[in-house]
Amino acid sequence: MKFLCVECDRQMSFEERALPGDGTLAAAFRCPKCGRVVAMLTNPMETQLVASLGVKIGGRTLEEQPLETIRGTVATGRAEAFEEGTGDAGRTAGVTWSAEAQERLGRVPGFVRGMVKKIYAEYARDRGIAVVTPAMMDTARTELGLEGM
Amino acid sequence: MPLNIRTYHDLTDADVSGLPEQIGAQRGRVAARLAGVGRVIAVMSGKGGVGKSFVTAHLARALARRGRPVGVLDADLNGPTAAGLLGAGRAALVVEDDAVLPATGTDGVRLVSMDLLLEDGRPLAFRGPAADRFVWRGAMEAAALREFLADVAWGKLDRLLVDLPPGLSRFEELADLLPAPPPAVLTVTIPTLESREAVRRALRAALARGAEVLGVVENMVGSGFAGNAGDALAAEFGVPVLARIPWHPGPDSWDRLAEQL
Repeated sequence: MKFLCVECDRQMSFEERALPGDGTLAAAFRCPKCGRVVAMLTNPMETQLVASLGVKIGGRTLEEQPLETIRGTVATGRAEAFEEGTGDAGRTAGVTWSAEAQERLGRVPGFVRGMVKKIYAEYARDRGIAVVTPAMMDTARTELGLEGM
Repeated sequence: MPLNIRTYHDLTDADVSGLPEQIGAQRGRVAARLAGVGRVIAVMSGKGGVGKSFVTAHLARALARRGRPVGVLDADLNGPTAAGLLGAGRAALVVEDDAVLPATGTDGVRLVSMDLLLEDGRPLAFRGPAADRFVWRGAMEAAALREFLADVAWGKLDRLLVDLPPGLSRFEELADLLPAPPPAVLTVTIPTLESREAVRRALRAALARGAEVLGVVENMVGSGFAGNAGDALAAEFGVPVLARIPWHPGPDSWDRLAEQL
């Protein structure tokens, strides 16, 4: 999808993605000529449809995780269904979690917790962040398009 | 005065979302993951209760006993039984790098099934807006099928058996997701006229997609079901009856079927 600033007849640039609440997904675009910003808002059903396709509005900035849609959306998955292997443990070595972040992670359903933990840890590592905090989790969630996580 | 709006392709800057490219990448991931699979065989019927899952599990075991690496993908997401039929228990699936390792069942059959993932006795349910569930539920199930194909480290397999639920939609999704050619089809029926009618619709759908029909397995033969669905379907579609499975089959029944596949 592309957005056109009709007044300037210029293609608008993707600015940012946001999850303002109630299942809404917002994607903001800016006109490079006049600077006007518009936001496309999807209702919860439309957001869900996008999620079901396994695609990210604004582009995918995170490598697809195995069984990402299943783990991210199944509501009746059992907590012990997955076990993180040891193959890529080194990739997130050195990243620690604040007590508040650990508490928040503990509220994530066990079915998806391992994947969520890995995503946030890799986000921190890639940006040189030593400690995962709730604020960083909020930023990452929006930036990475982690709808439903 | 009408607005002068150009077309999508008139705008030459990059499409940052790149949704077609993202979908293309998903297809590429399926193709790459299945590159080591000799043949994908869809076990289908169009009819419920004819024993597709039972046939799939025992055929897989017979193939494995013959030293042929085999996997089972349980595409019946709402009525999964493969893990139970193949004795895989409830062990956790290990996530390793970019894939999930398949569970290992009896005789070394590799498998993945929603059976392994769901809470005991709970149905498959997705998080999402309940009021519009009918709009997105089917797309979610198709995504789950895609991930079972693309995100499970199937490795080198001689055969990947896909156990389809009753009906036609999951076969269509499978054919859409797989790189060409469409999956070969092994169809299962019981002897009755009703089963024959449902199966022939399914076979016509498979043929319309260009699938090769390997043959017919007539199940529950001699169990009190009257009819000749196996022979009738074989004659109508010009395919062999590969096996007639009695109510209490022994290993030799499955071995004979495996020899032909």
